Amino acid sequence: MSIDRREFLKFAGASTLLGLGGITAVQELLKTSAGASHVMVDEKALSAKRWAMVIDISKFKTEADYKNVVQACHSIHNVPDIGNPKDEVKWIWTDTYEHTFPGQGNEYMPEGLKHKPFLLLCNHCEQPPCVRVCPTKATFKRKDGIVMMDQHRCIGCRFCMAACPFGARSFNWRDPRPFIKEQNPEYPTRTMGVVEKCTFCFERLAKGLQPACVEKSNGGLIFGDLSDPNSEVRKVLSTHYSIRRKPEIGTQPSVYYIIGGSENA
Amino acid sequence: MLEKALTGSKKYWVWIFFLLALIGIGVINYLRQFSYGLGITGMSRDVSWGFYISQFTFLVGVAASAVMLVIPYYLHDFKKFGKIVILGEFLAVASVSMCMLFIFVDMGQPMRIMNVILHPTPNSILFWDAIVLNGYLFLNIIVGWTTLGADRKGVPPSAWVKPLIYLSIPWAISIHTVTAFLYAGLPGRHFWLTAVMAARFLASAFASGPSLLIILCLIVRKVSKFDPGKEPIQALGKIVTYAMFANVFLLGLEFFTAFYSNIPGHMHPFHYLYAGLEGHAKLVPLMWASSILAVVALILLINPNMRKNENILAFTCASVFISLWIDKGFGLVIGGFVPNPFEGVTEYWPTLPEALISLAVWCIGFLILTILYKIAVTVREETSSWPELH
Ligand code: SF4
Ligand code: SF4
Ligand code: SF4
Repeated sequence: MSIDRREFLKFAGASTLLGLGGITAVQELLKTSAGASHVMVDEKALSAKRWAMVIDISKFKTEADYKNVVQACHSIHNVPDIGNPKDEVKWIWTDTYEHTFPGQGNEYMPEGLKHKPFLLLCNHCEQPPCVRVCPTKATFKRKDGIVMMDQHRCIGCRFCMAACPFGARSFNWRDPRPFIKEQNPEYPTRTMGVVEKCTFCFERLAKGLQPACVEKSNGGLIFGDLSDPNSEVRKVLSTHYSIRRKPEIGTQPSVYYIIGGSENA
Repeated sequence: MLEKALTGSKKYWVWIFFLLALIGIGVINYLRQFSYGLGITGMSRDVSWGFYISQFTFLVGVAASAVMLVIPYYLHDFKKFGKIVILGEFLAVASVSMCMLFIFVDMGQPMRIMNVILHPTPNSILFWDAIVLNGYLFLNIIVGWTTLGADRKGVPPSAWVKPLIYLSIPWAISIHTVTAFLYAGLPGRHFWLTAVMAARFLASAFASGPSLLIILCLIVRKVSKFDPGKEPIQALGKIVTYAMFANVFLLGLEFFTAFYSNIPGHMHPFHYLYAGLEGHAKLVPLMWASSILAVVALILLINPNMRKNENILAFTCASVFISLWIDKGFGLVIGGFVPNPFEGVTEYWPTLPEALISLAVWCIGFLILTILYKIAVTVREETSSWPELH
């Protein structure tokens, strides 16, 4: 995957300003591209025209299945566990069918589905309202479809939170750092007063790795390039009926849900 | 002319120090917010804008209302507003200042506020809002100050001010339209996703602003030798009547659309605000108070005999102002967040520090208003025997 100069500088700035010594992700990136002046390229880096995720809900059976995924994301990204819903910060979480797909539930749907938790995260919309409203370009969309955040430019106006129809964004209502149990030195922590959310693990893609949640999902999450007909996401989507959250408002989410069983997969 | 604010009766100084004390309390609380973060407020992940932004939204309306004096006076040559146009313009200055302060105290990273200018983003309505608000502030300061200065010398204002005055008319409408667009274009927020949002904003502005202006005129008459006169106050009263009627009518349209369409997402915020939703009903008493005040005010306003009685008019204006303050300075913004876009309900109520900071911003506004009015009134007192100039 290629990170363009702006994004690289941002990420570099992010890590250095936060005073993270040692092996930061940036230094990792630097190592592999010493001398490159404009473009950072890691030969192993994953790239795509449009990243997407498929969530096969039938693969999630026990509470641990969900927990593993959520924890994988929150621990490597230094997402604080503040412990109260008011100040909560979360990148990936679960909710009921009704809240995930408002207006699409009905009284007579299978009991199992009614009470089954669904995984929620930023949809990396193709037409993201959060990007449209941000007054500082702190939220922006990359060429590969990832909707990114530059926490160093964010002024904390929270317009993007009002605009996101999926509740995908969290605001740091207070200093998050005391609430990070075990800090991952390879990923920057955030300050109070800025917004954050799932970034589709852009930092792992750059190193040729799958997103952390995908890695821990035992096949429940499938990640890949939507524009490539041979990608796994496309294969799964062409053989299963899938739905997306709030298709009617036209944001074109890049997260797809397979509700039914996977017997014909 | 600024020196005129430095002399005054004992009452004047008591009032000034009273405001300063409340501002001081707010500043202390703001410093606490600055170090702890916005977690000190009642806002949350679901209700990410609260009292600050609601107050900003309401005050933009009060600011825009100066145009209700400028249009009749400058465009239709309605001479009777000559003496009080300045009061409208200075009210606009005070309100826009409050608007900006409310935005400022709502920032998660206030030190980075210049990013809006450093990284101009034309696709963001907030960028345009910053531009129109600043522009409107400058327009009103310049126009108000130069016309008053000219008045004092007994000469007509310089010719270059005229275009600025005319510019201020569409500008006033723009500040409110742009602010309405902050809300109106968001997918997924049914309560705000309505084409009449900007129209509602303007109607409520032209009711709440002139109401406040009437009350201020009556106060000015009481505490100074300057009498704004009966007729301009009555003319303002008519403006309030029409605007309030339009406002209630537009709200009615929203109700019809939501409930006749029977679309749950559109009905939920109304249910929440006026009846409670899933056992959450914090705003219900407030919203009903707002509705009742609106109806009472309308009945009194539509009846000319009532309107002509200045005591009843004062009461009516207070009702209109409070009603719209609740409706727009609270219900509109909070109702848009509760229920959230995925059918959950998270309620919101401002915390004490949040309320004290807001109160301080209002007090700063009143301080600016008092000083500007003191100057204007003193100039008026001096020139009251002179004939109309422009
Ligand atoms: S889900 Fe929300 S935050 Fe994510 S891209 Fe879409 S609108 Fe933006
Ligand atoms: S809170 Fe930050 S990311 Fe969100 S709109 Fe404001 S500046 Fe942009
Ligand atoms: S893609 Fe990465 S950032 Fe997004 S939820 Fe999964 S682990 Fe977290």
